[in-house]
Amino acid sequence: MAKRIDAKNLNIYYGKFLAVSEVTFTIAPRSVTAFIGPSGCGKSTVLRTINRMHEVISGATVEGDLLLDGENIYGAGIDPVDVRRTIGMVFQRPNPFPTMSIYDNVVAGLKLQSGRLRKSELDETVERSLRGANLWEEVKSRLAKPGAGLSGGQQQRLCIARAIAVEPQVLLMDEPCSALDPISTLAIEDLIQTLKEKYTIVIVTHNMQQAARVSERTAFFNLAGVGKPGQLVEIDDTQKIFTNPTDQRTEDYISGRFG
Amino acid sequence: MTTVESAGSSLASPPGAGIRKVKDRTATTLVYAAFAIALVPLIWLLWTVVSKGIYMLTRNGWFTGTERGITYRDAGGGAWHAVLGTLEQVALCTAISVPIALLVAIYLVEYGRGPLARMTTFMVDILTGIPSIVAALFIYAVFITTFGGERSGWLVSLALVMLMIPVIVRTTEEMLKLVPNELREASYALGVPKWKTIVRIVLPTAMSGIVTGVVLGIARVAGETAPLLILVGYSPDKNANLFSGPQASLPGLIKDQFSNLGSTTILEGGKRVTVHYAADRMWGAALTLILLVMILNLAARVIARRSAVN
Amino acid sequence: MTERTSRHSGTSDGDQPRTAEAIALARAKAEARANEALSDVERQADAPDEGGVNSPAGSTFSRRPVVGSSEPLGVSTLDDTPEVFGAGSTSLDGNGRARIGDRVFASLTAGAGLFVVLLIALVALFLLVKAIPAIAHDKSNFLTSRHWDTTSGALDFGVLPLLWTTVLISVLALVLAVPVAIGIALFISQYAHKRVARPVAYVVDLLAAIPSIIYGIWGITVLAPKIQPVADALTHLGAFPLFADKNVKGGTVFTGGVILAVMILPIVTAVCRDVYERTPQANIEAAWALGATRWEMIRLAVLPYGKPGMISGAMLGLGRALGETIAISLILSKVSNTGPFSFSIFDGGETFASKIANNASEFNSPQQTGAYIAAGLVLFVLTFAVNAAARAIVNRRKEFS
Repeated sequence: MAKRIDAKNLNIYYGKFLAVSEVTFTIAPRSVTAFIGPSGCGKSTVLRTINRMHEVISGATVEGDLLLDGENIYGAGIDPVDVRRTIGMVFQRPNPFPTMSIYDNVVAGLKLQSGRLRKSELDETVERSLRGANLWEEVKSRLAKPGAGLSGGQQQRLCIARAIAVEPQVLLMDEPCSALDPISTLAIEDLIQTLKEKYTIVIVTHNMQQAARVSERTAFFNLAGVGKPGQLVEIDDTQKIFTNPTDQRTEDYISGRFG
Repeated sequence: MTTVESAGSSLASPPGAGIRKVKDRTATTLVYAAFAIALVPLIWLLWTVVSKGIYMLTRNGWFTGTERGITYRDAGGGAWHAVLGTLEQVALCTAISVPIALLVAIYLVEYGRGPLARMTTFMVDILTGIPSIVAALFIYAVFITTFGGERSGWLVSLALVMLMIPVIVRTTEEMLKLVPNELREASYALGVPKWKTIVRIVLPTAMSGIVTGVVLGIARVAGETAPLLILVGYSPDKNANLFSGPQASLPGLIKDQFSNLGSTTILEGGKRVTVHYAADRMWGAALTLILLVMILNLAARVIARRSAVN
Repeated sequence: MTERTSRHSGTSDGDQPRTAEAIALARAKAEARANEALSDVERQADAPDEGGVNSPAGSTFSRRPVVGSSEPLGVSTLDDTPEVFGAGSTSLDGNGRARIGDRVFASLTAGAGLFVVLLIALVALFLLVKAIPAIAHDKSNFLTSRHWDTTSGALDFGVLPLLWTTVLISVLALVLAVPVAIGIALFISQYAHKRVARPVAYVVDLLAAIPSIIYGIWGITVLAPKIQPVADALTHLGAFPLFADKNVKGGTVFTGGVILAVMILPIVTAVCRDVYERTPQANIEAAWALGATRWEMIRLAVLPYGKPGMISGAMLGLGRALGETIAISLILSKVSNTGPFSFSIFDGGETFASKIANNASEFNSPQQTGAYIAAGLVLFVLTFAVNAAARAIVNRRKEFS
């Protein structure tokens, strides 16, 4: 069920400002790809174009093609709402819905997308998703409690459960561990290893060790220069990026010379 | 004078320090005085209303009886007809105002861009400042002069709608802006359409703040008197029908008793006796109205504190 | 509008005849929709999608109106990869409903906004339409006459005394309220400890919660006798026309002005407090660093910064005072307009609002009512102008901060 992603010559604008230019990459199904790079280089922006979330900001536009198993998600007549059903997202800060219980948070996507569902189906989805997010054992006795009452790491796993409950093809993660403590981070990283068996995962991270630990492929983004748009410097096997990168700028970044 | 003082002062205080200190002290005194001045009318007024109104409220039958058959010569009487009228008029007003005001606020925060949104914001501001008597005249001009309707309670509700909408719009707007964008994004990322995101995620999150706004709006219109004068007659008897005939309300009752204040002497057993039955009822109704409004205000504060947003 | 669907063969695992019809139907609908003129409302219906794929000319994409993105994803993909987007809960039917929901909801909210705009327009229109015949039949000059006779067949009325009393009483209220409001606002924002400031602000807000009819009965029965000595002292100042003794006890513009001052105190205070609290910390610290006393700091940093806010707060208060009805109607004694024009604040009189309220029971013939509606129209225009000016000042300030 996981999908391949092909980006071809993506240019991303905020109004007239070109934020990221000429990004081209391919991401294989059932793999983990990490986006790394210094702050403000546009890696989160690129991530958000993959499920058309950047459009939430008014004035943001994209040119180029973004293909999901060959289907252009920016094609005419494509509804961004449907794109987002297919490509789930986990955010930097855990953001469970504060008015909902743990249970309702998990099924929020399903319920809001398609209205009535049978209780047994929902129960099944909740358990499957929470197990999938490695949270079931911790919360199964208090599903009716508010989601906001969980710890930060648990909240983030709840958000992952919420994202996978709608059975997406791809899971985007925008610095999912940056607001978490090391133990919660470890839990999420373990989870990513399990999730990649079912989903194509793209993760933005500031933490190069994390990229090295969880991903098979790594893309390095950088600003083309001061005041210039961000660009994709190179994308390659993680092993290669961290040991023997092709580009000098990648070498400089991973060896800590800037960023 | 400055120079004389500064000659004797220590090196640390430059010339003019004395004057500056005096000015500073004066300003501080004035600022504290301003605060005290604000307290005087509040405490004085509340004391007056409570001390003069408590008598009627503790009497039997105030909350169950009406003014039917009771003139300025008679003691007693009740306010039930007025409480009922106020509740009915305000309830209808709330039922009309809340949906419109919520939609306007949602429009301004979640959708509004361009000329219509700017115009709407401006007009909500204007509506905030519209005198209640003008709102009442408008309703009169439309429903009575133009369509030939009769004066009745529901027209008061309509006039009150114009006063309530801006209060609710403003508070709701503030509350919707407080809902973190992350929640909207989380919902969009699940493939939830925008309208469902607003209805099922944004509104529930802002709910307590919105309820606060509604309650404040109710408090604002419950004591409004001007529309009553123009749009409905006062009835000393109970009239539960909003759509026909004169109907009492708490401000209406106060106004009615106020106009009887002048008649304070009656002949009793051949002697002139001074009575203050009308005044008793007037202050009783005033205290009832203040209690109603204050309870609503307190409720608004309690609800606001339990907000999910903060 | 060239529809550019990128159909790659992909993982085509067989046709699903059941959906084929649905596809055709949906496509027809989509085309019909694309032909529709794009209203503002529709554009906003897709606000989260705003800016979709609009790409600069020269790229392979055609410029496509945002609304075009409202067709379900399934439409363009189902024939290639039916199970992809149709999987799970995203049936075509569901999609269609979702998009209609978005449009209906966006239209509803925009409609509510439009309603408010139209409401104000209707107020102006109706007042105008009902006032014009009365003004046309007016024997006197509507703006300058001091007569008000609407009962005896012919109309003979003018608003000059109403205008004078309305403005006089409101300005008096403003003169009394603004300094106190500034004081309280400074107290809350600059002097009081946070723990004290909150309850104080609450207490001032309570003043706003008291219904105006209660201010009215309290003002005339309790306050007026108590401030009579002040009135007497001022009238002894003598020849000054503003303080001339008119032998009116209690129900004077003076009493009304004091009550109005109390009533507008909360709104003026709230606006002033708001701007004072927004004074940039840098300005305040710069003043402290110059060795300023607290008062000098306020004069150097807080007051200059807050000036536009104070002005607009005062104008909002003025707007409130101009339109206040019942309190003034209960307080002011009616006086005849036959003698020489009275400038005194120790005279009775009627404002626009109290005139209308006092005579509400006489709204009999349309023409007679029209005279009062004409007075209401002037009041509407007056408050509209004052409020609009106040908002303009506030909004201009917002752009700077």
